[in-house]
Amino acid sequence: MPQAIAAVNDFVVKFANVNGSGSASANELFARSILRMGVPVSPRNIFPSNIQGLPTWYEVRVTEKGYLGRRGGVDMMVAMNPQTWAADVKEITPGGYLFYDSTKPMPSSAFRDDITVIGVPLTAITNATYSDARQRQLFKNIIYVGALSILLGIDDKEIQKLFSEQFKGKEKLIDSNVKALQLGRDWVTQHIEPDVVRLKVRKADNVGDRIFVEGNNAAALGAVYGGATVCAWYPITPSSSLAEAFQAHCKKLRHDKETGKAKYAIVQAEDELASIGMVIGAAWNGARAFTSTSGPGISLMTEFIGLASFAEVPAVIVNVQRGGPSTGMPTRTQQSDLLSCAYASNGDTKHVLLFPEDPKECFDFTADALDLADRLQTPVFVMTDLDIGMNHRLCKPFQWDENRSLDRGKVMTAEELEAGKNFGRYLDVDGDGIPFRTYPGTHPTKGSYFTRGTTKDEYARYSEEGPVYVRNMERLQKKFLTAAKIAPQPVRYSSPKPTAYGVIYLGSTSPAMAEALDQLEADGNHVNALRVRSFPLSQAVEDFIHEHDKVFIVEQNRDAQFRSLVMNEFTLDARKLVPVLHYDGTPITARFIAADIAKKIAQFKVVPFEKAAS
Amino acid sequence: MTYIAKPKLHHPSLVKNKAGYTRRDYEGAVSTLCAGCGHDSISAAIIQACYEIDILPHQVAKLSGIGCSSKSPTYFVGASHGFNTVHGRMPSVLTGANLANKDLMYMGVSGDGDSASIGFGQFAHSMRRGVNMTYIVMNNGVYGLTKGQFSATADKGSISKKGAANSDEAIDMVSVAIMMGATFVGRSFSGDKQQLVPLIKAAMMHKGAAFLDVISPCVAFNNHAGSTKSYDYVREHNEALNRIDVIEGREEITTEYAPGTTTMVQQHDGSILRLNKLGEDYDPSDKIAAMTRIQEGLRSGEVVTGLLYVDPTPKDLHHHLNTVDVPLNALNTPDLCPGTAALDRINASLR
Repeated sequence: MPQAIAAVNDFVVKFANVNGSGSASANELFARSILRMGVPVSPRNIFPSNIQGLPTWYEVRVTEKGYLGRRGGVDMMVAMNPQTWAADVKEITPGGYLFYDSTKPMPSSAFRDDITVIGVPLTAITNATYSDARQRQLFKNIIYVGALSILLGIDDKEIQKLFSEQFKGKEKLIDSNVKALQLGRDWVTQHIEPDVVRLKVRKADNVGDRIFVEGNNAAALGAVYGGATVCAWYPITPSSSLAEAFQAHCKKLRHDKETGKAKYAIVQAEDELASIGMVIGAAWNGARAFTSTSGPGISLMTEFIGLASFAEVPAVIVNVQRGGPSTGMPTRTQQSDLLSCAYASNGDTKHVLLFPEDPKECFDFTADALDLADRLQTPVFVMTDLDIGMNHRLCKPFQWDENRSLDRGKVMTAEELEAGKNFGRYLDVDGDGIPFRTYPGTHPTKGSYFTRGTTKDEYARYSEEGPVYVRNMERLQKKFLTAAKIAPQPVRYSSPKPTAYGVIYLGSTSPAMAEALDQLEADGNHVNALRVRSFPLSQAVEDFIHEHDKVFIVEQNRDAQFRSLVMNEFTLDARKLVPVLHYDGTPITARFIAADIAKKIAQFKVVPFEKAAS
Repeated sequence: MTYIAKPKLHHPSLVKNKAGYTRRDYEGAVSTLCAGCGHDSISAAIIQACYEIDILPHQVAKLSGIGCSSKSPTYFVGASHGFNTVHGRMPSVLTGANLANKDLMYMGVSGDGDSASIGFGQFAHSMRRGVNMTYIVMNNGVYGLTKGQFSATADKGSISKKGAANSDEAIDMVSVAIMMGATFVGRSFSGDKQQLVPLIKAAMMHKGAAFLDVISPCVAFNNHAGSTKSYDYVREHNEALNRIDVIEGREEITTEYAPGTTTMVQQHDGSILRLNKLGEDYDPSDKIAAMTRIQEGLRSGEVVTGLLYVDPTPKDLHHHLNTVDVPLNALNTPDLCPGTAALDRINASLR
């Protein structure tokens, strides 16, 4: 047997459970208790499109260094699902640990001889204590958290504190949970040698003031702070929890104190077409509005997105991407809607996309998107994904500038109209391609116009004349260039040494990339990095590419969609752009990125660039 | 259509309504529809209705989908904002617009292709939600802009201009609207202005989902023998149950009517609908009776018109959502942004 893995504050525990068994809250409790000890964790749900019965996993990366990407590999498997037993046992890294319910004897063939096996008779302990079936199911989960807390050295006081916070005011529930926790702790203390498991959690001070939150929740809060008053949506995994979180936040933050009335309207529409239609109607009429959806929803919204773009109506669409195409992998993550969103709809259309890296940026960018949509009078997409949206992620606390006010863009008022200011709905008055608009009902005789998806002149009059059409299309292109200047700019990370290699990445790839850069640097592969945060692409992206001989473009789809965007928007030698692609539906890992880039750099060193890139 | 631009100057002797506008102030651009198109008569009826209810022109928002009917908002109330959306999706855009500002009056204009085919779902769901609007379908049973295909409201057995018989069952828009929860449902005929104008007025004053199915013959493609949406057919088969007068709450009712010939329905805004019964005893507040009468008409081939169903105390979408009295689009940063202290508390709860 290989030596048992020994690690302090740097390992991966994976829980294999049955969907609907109440394991999710116990597993989250496990992750949070480590966080409370000052040690960063990065948990991920790996769940099926199912309500009850199918396998589900929860992977917790314990990482004192704060690497929040998925690491890959499993140091300890908590195997609670007989259905997936064989595959779960197989997944454990040699020298790792298997924790299982030993109530029923298992043949030795069910195990491996290169791992440490820890059996705890969870069912037997549970059944001896509880008679109610539901209690048995729920407390079994708490009992294994108790057992693991002894094995891994997790402070049980932190777990008890979490119980007190979770069940505040329900003393009975606190007591019964503490009791279950103790059952697991006692059994392990009495029956298992200390330090059989050499994976340990040790108190640290590496969490700081960071918060632990899901991206969907954060984006929903960003919509509240960004002043959204209308939300229209249709349920679709993995975005549903975003609209639900918006509702929850609004219930707390957006009711009039005196009348109790709502300063928002949320409509669950009949489909995605209706939800984007409502958003466009509301935004046309001067309210801030958004919808949340995922890839198949974008497909349905495409016609309306074209209308909003061409008629110049603001709209904010949060796309929590999942695996495509078609229904694809509804509960897996990808960045595979980049092209379908960037160029959504028929005709020459281009849209603004924002790429948040974590929940903090989901909050920031959703609020920013509402400003940008109003300023640019066009749809703005917040391109998050399942990895950010549906997993708790440690991130910087939310911040808000007390002096910030909603930027409604160019809206002509009744007073300005009355004073005789020239109003042309599609007239570019100051060279940025953005015209003035009026809200319906502004003035009895001035400022009304007809909004349409057909071509029109500067004064919103229907026209199919070639020169009029071309003028309008060129103004829209100018507006797009304005967007590149006012959208969030790229963030650069420079290698300490000069290098010919650069890497471009975006969105949820960020934590894995940060770790991969450290690994590459440690191995002597120096790489400069640019995290792109929006489309249209900033000039800084082109400059970065020109600065390097080879630029890796890391993304989570098969077709190198972001690379296509870069090639489409700039004139440059495509051979410079080397795709690094991960698209199996699991979040990209640092190990994958570092290995792939290292391999490619090695090839470039021995063969001409052109050959290696092809 | 005509190519002559409308003069902007109005005759000084034109009578102004209580809002200070003449009837011509409610007009729009010159129609580009075919001469004799029923839709133009409906536009004229909308203009008349808006003038008579003294609404400020800019307090109307006009929304439509795609098709001949959906072009018509350009031809009435030119001082109001209009939105020609995408095919079949006017109801969702109107719903969103209504959510943003509950104070405007929403006029949704659609056709039978727009609302009974591609947009059937949105039509139904906007009724379900009780969006406060006047939803008019200019119903000609045919696709005009694409030159004469049957629409989903064409009666089974009716004959196209090219001689083909329609084998599909027709969708009866008023039946669907009632079933879906519309609280004001009427049907009329573009050629019957006396019936239509008061129906539009009453629908606009109704604080809920008001639906009007207006049979509007297509002179180019569906006005021939064998069509059940032609001028001749509808005139011959029009079974008008009532004609209504709209009496605004502040007016005193002075005229006396013979007992049994009229019914008064008071709407929530105080307006009174006086129903002049034509022949039979019909109670439009009885939903089941309305459905029965409509089905009888369908069986006998009559086009049953008039105010078919009304709930005088409707509850609209804003009521269901319990929104504030101020329009949502008038709320600003202090109303909407919870500020840093609240954010600090949220951060603390996420550690």
